[in-house]
Amino acid sequence: MQKFDQVTSIPTPFTQVNVDTDIIIPAKHLKTITRTGLGVHAFENIRYGADGALTGEAVFDRAPYTEATILVAGENFGCGSSREHAPWAIADMGYRCIIAPSFADIFASNCVKNGILTITLNTEAVRHLALDGEAEAEITVDLPAETVTAADGTVFNFTYNPVHKEMLVGGLDEIGQTLQDEALITAFEIRQKAAQPWLYNRD
Amino acid sequence: MAKTVFDKIWDAHLVKELGDGVGLVYIDRHLIHEVTSPQAFDGLRAADRQLRRPSAVIAVPDHNVPTKDREKPNPDANSAAQLAALDSNCAAFGIEKIDMFDIRQGIVHVMGPEQGITQPGVTLVCGDSHTSTHGAFGALAFGIGTSEIEHCFATQTLQLKKLKNMRVTVNGRLPFGCSAKDVALAIIGKIGTAGGTGHVIEYAGSTIEDLSMEGRMTLCNMSIEAGARAGLVAPDAKTFAYIKGRTWAPKGMQWDMAVNYWQSLKSDDGAFFDKEVTLDATEIVPLVTWGTSPEDVIAVTGDVPAPESFKDPSKQAAAVSALEYMGLTAGEPMDRVKVDRVFVGSCTNSRIEDMREAAAMIKGRKVNVRIIEAIIVPGSGLVKHQAEEEGLDKIFIDAGFEWRDPGCSMCLAMNPDKAGAGERVASTSNRNFVGRQGPGARTHLVSPAMAVGAAIAGHFVDVRNY
Ligand code: SF4
Repeated sequence: MQKFDQVTSIPTPFTQVNVDTDIIIPAKHLKTITRTGLGVHAFENIRYGADGALTGEAVFDRAPYTEATILVAGENFGCGSSREHAPWAIADMGYRCIIAPSFADIFASNCVKNGILTITLNTEAVRHLALDGEAEAEITVDLPAETVTAADGTVFNFTYNPVHKEMLVGGLDEIGQTLQDEALITAFEIRQKAAQPWLYNRD
Repeated sequence: MAKTVFDKIWDAHLVKELGDGVGLVYIDRHLIHEVTSPQAFDGLRAADRQLRRPSAVIAVPDHNVPTKDREKPNPDANSAAQLAALDSNCAAFGIEKIDMFDIRQGIVHVMGPEQGITQPGVTLVCGDSHTSTHGAFGALAFGIGTSEIEHCFATQTLQLKKLKNMRVTVNGRLPFGCSAKDVALAIIGKIGTAGGTGHVIEYAGSTIEDLSMEGRMTLCNMSIEAGARAGLVAPDAKTFAYIKGRTWAPKGMQWDMAVNYWQSLKSDDGAFFDKEVTLDATEIVPLVTWGTSPEDVIAVTGDVPAPESFKDPSKQAAAVSALEYMGLTAGEPMDRVKVDRVFVGSCTNSRIEDMREAAAMIKGRKVNVRIIEAIIVPGSGLVKHQAEEEGLDKIFIDAGFEWRDPGCSMCLAMNPDKAGAGERVASTSNRNFVGRQGPGARTHLVSPAMAVGAAIAGHFVDVRNY
């Protein structure tokens, strides 16, 4: 995974509330067996016309947002289905960070596993950053420092789960991290088997 | 310290504290299906990792299996590829798989409880958000993404942030014509789709105790629409009776040991809930969603709300676009809204009790001529078989419904079961999102009785006097 330290970009302002994962990536694109190439279908119902052609009118497809690596989103972003295709699609569009007033739980946890940082800020701060996006001004996200710096220099502090921070900053894989505790997992299984043997009848 | 059911299950599965409320949590049961697992197997292979405990994993195809003409070659190459990948991955990693033609095959959340895989006190995961369904048995059950599937494959654990506790108490007798689906919709209508975010919901109160296991599953199923990752009901005698004798259920002395443990899974007096909500079941009426979010709920006797009736400006804007998408006008009486298609099925409402509720509404009547298609999709081969034993299939077919083979079907329209643009569906599923049942399709979430009522009348009806 790519290491995450600082990211500077003109953010894409897309502050619609309750954007669910069906909007992010419609179910018909879930029939893949690989993780890449979903970006062209991301936000499809917003970006493509009835004829199936890209209209170019959606914010995602307008310069300078086509180059953006930060997305400024609305409340309860990523609600609905737990499909991980949603962060895959967003990552495939080139985004590395999403800033919103709130995220759906599963979506946020899927993001970190795919190297996407989700930052929760209050509505005022998010509005400020969305306006920067509209004004085509750059903002900077600094994960080690847990700050977002707006175009006018205003600094917004955020907090991020330290375990996840270590992963993103170090570009680590979560499975590798857990496997370091394999002995503890085995010990747990031995204890559980003694107390609840019925859970081990099929082993 | 007084603990909730969730606290107890969490503590019993904590392998290690990782700091900041994050725990390494042991997972007892892992259900997989064809859509979200292939990339996880790929990941294992790419990193040259092993599957830690194949016996804890069980696979079933459900999301895009055809619901008719299953024996014929699958017309959709992508679906076929996913189904084939599930076969070969299970074979390669030594996972038990229920085949598409097996009578036990069905929607993963219907199959798990039927096989006795779902038990009180277990941690159970699946790459599908409606895994919350299994909480009906007092299990900690929640949906995970593909990276977590891979993590669980390799380690039999997950790194999880401990959720908060929320209790939704529903008391009183549920009125005639209302079922668990109406309770679920009433709760979501009250707390909103973000009401349970960050929490595990424990459903309590006399109404919940009175619900059958099927009803509790319907309710826990929609916890996710209330924003919660998991929902659960403390196990009781009904729970134990349901599990007893099923394939994965403990037997003999182990059964007594298990029941003894399961009985301890109640929230202690004075256990702390970060959030509490109470509802009076006697006030619940048959409900319908009017918009594109499951919280957009009104009584079937109500009128389509005006966007100005919402305080929050963002909700107003959402209502304007929802009404436009749904082709509805503010003030229109809900029971005059005409329906084009009807779907009874999904992991919310495809169990035997739902089939009985649907059949009881028919009373010799026929599907209205304006209905393009009315399909009934049982949740599993076993539900299908049971319904046929009871003669319900004849009632459906005689009335003009199609009686299909089990699967997710029109719930997410990944297979050919879908609605066309602008078509209005009375659906017993759990999501009315834009495009969920096909591009441009308009979904109204309802109970099985309400769906069948709409099929017969051609528009929504108040099932209490229909
Ligand atoms: S029926 Fe619908 S909600 Fe349930 S598992 Fe299938 S797709 Fe998911």
